[in-house]
Amino acid sequence: MALSLVLSGDGDLYQIVILSLRVSLTATALACLMGLPLGALLAVTRFRGRGGVLVLVNALMGLPPVVVGLLVYLQLSRSGPLGFLGLLYTPSAMIIAQCILITPIVAALSRQVLEDMHTEYAEQFRSLSLSRTRSMQALLWDGRFTLLTVALAGFGRAVAEVGAVIIVGGNIDHLTRVMTTAIALETSKGDLALALALGIVLMVLALGVNATVQSVRMSAMKQAYA
Amino acid sequence: MGVRTFVSTFALLSLGAGPALAQDRTILVQSTTSTANSGLYDTLLPQFNEATGITANVVAVGTGQAIRNAENCDGDVLLVHAKSAEEAFVAEGFGVKRSDLMYNDFIVVGPADDPAGVGGMNDAAAALAKIATSGALFASRGDDSGTHKKEMSLWQGAGVDAAAASGQWYRETGSGMGATLNAAVGMNAYALTDRATWISFENKSDFDIVVEGDQDLFNQYGVILVNPERCPTVNARDGQEFIDWLLSPAGQTAIAAYRLNGQQLFFPNARP
Repeated sequence: MALSLVLSGDGDLYQIVILSLRVSLTATALACLMGLPLGALLAVTRFRGRGGVLVLVNALMGLPPVVVGLLVYLQLSRSGPLGFLGLLYTPSAMIIAQCILITPIVAALSRQVLEDMHTEYAEQFRSLSLSRTRSMQALLWDGRFTLLTVALAGFGRAVAEVGAVIIVGGNIDHLTRVMTTAIALETSKGDLALALALGIVLMVLALGVNATVQSVRMSAMKQAYA
Repeated sequence: MGVRTFVSTFALLSLGAGPALAQDRTILVQSTTSTANSGLYDTLLPQFNEATGITANVVAVGTGQAIRNAENCDGDVLLVHAKSAEEAFVAEGFGVKRSDLMYNDFIVVGPADDPAGVGGMNDAAAALAKIATSGALFASRGDDSGTHKKEMSLWQGAGVDAAAASGQWYRETGSGMGATLNAAVGMNAYALTDRATWISFENKSDFDIVVEGDQDLFNQYGVILVNPERCPTVNARDGQEFIDWLLSPAGQTAIAAYRLNGQQLFFPNARP
């Protein structure tokens, strides 16, 4: 019954699905742009207090979405320091919040992956006397298939969270309503069947993204190691 | 990359689909949840848009949060239901003027077996006092919303210090009306709700209205333009047009005409 409710859904559902993907995929892409180089840098450098930084980055993986939402709200509110940008209650605000939420995840996980690889390659890198930047590039390129899983972990967290986007997006119909906030809304209306049906759609969506990435990875690996 | 550069990158990226510019004729309404969850806006806003060409976007949160958001200038119009808090909002200079818009009433709902034996009572305070002494559970919003404020004043009238029993028979959910009703149904607890949310609520289980019809349960909705002198970004022209339309015969008729399951949810009472 729940599925027929969704299948009979009109363009509204389509719009919500597209916005969910747009927001979370953009946030994931940006988080990777910042998190992967940061992870690589932490993997190849040794400095005083590095242990503390690693603990901090790892701890930030557990950032509560609602706290991120609140912090971003306070910045983007008209009475906040970045209020002049007029970004509150827009998809951009939601992307910023999700990006802050998952950048530590991408950085921390990629740091671990790349550091393990670095230990393995260290001697080779030394014999080639690679610069730090070149080492980071080499590691990121060689680890690209594993790092895809890191990106997927970030995407999973982004697309599933509700606490941050509901505060900075406002769950505005036809503007900032995404899958998770729609599910929260239907639950609060007591329409549990529709809420559950939307939940299933979200799961299918996540499955689709993961399957797409998986198939891209497989064909790329085939080419790379052929 | 600093937060600032990264945010402004976003500002650029979002220019196409991002925040509405003033000439877009868009307003943001900070609203209580009952008007949104009951579907009222789904009929009102298209009619308003047809009449004026203005798009009204709604952020539906509890009255307390809606007022705080409006105080932060994050909205053009405030539509809530807590008269004294609204008057304070205007008195402190955050709002221009408060107008009565419409009303309905609060009700107490409870399980069919009515463990506190309050069914059919029409003295709300007495009914709450009876619930308190019966040992039956009561689910409170506990979130500074309009309904929560009303509930607090009813407890005061009943002479019951409900907060002292917090976590025992008095369960504060700290959530919206719908979430609180879900919790009440889940733990067989009584709850105070506005009638509109109750009629549109679809997870009633065996719950029914046990107390209604008390003068004290009157639920007045008000509408306020956020003060453009205090918040220069407020779209005062279009916000005022929204308020004028709501208070006009056209808006008032549209409110009265909205029915859900054959029942009228809101009763217009704007003073001409």
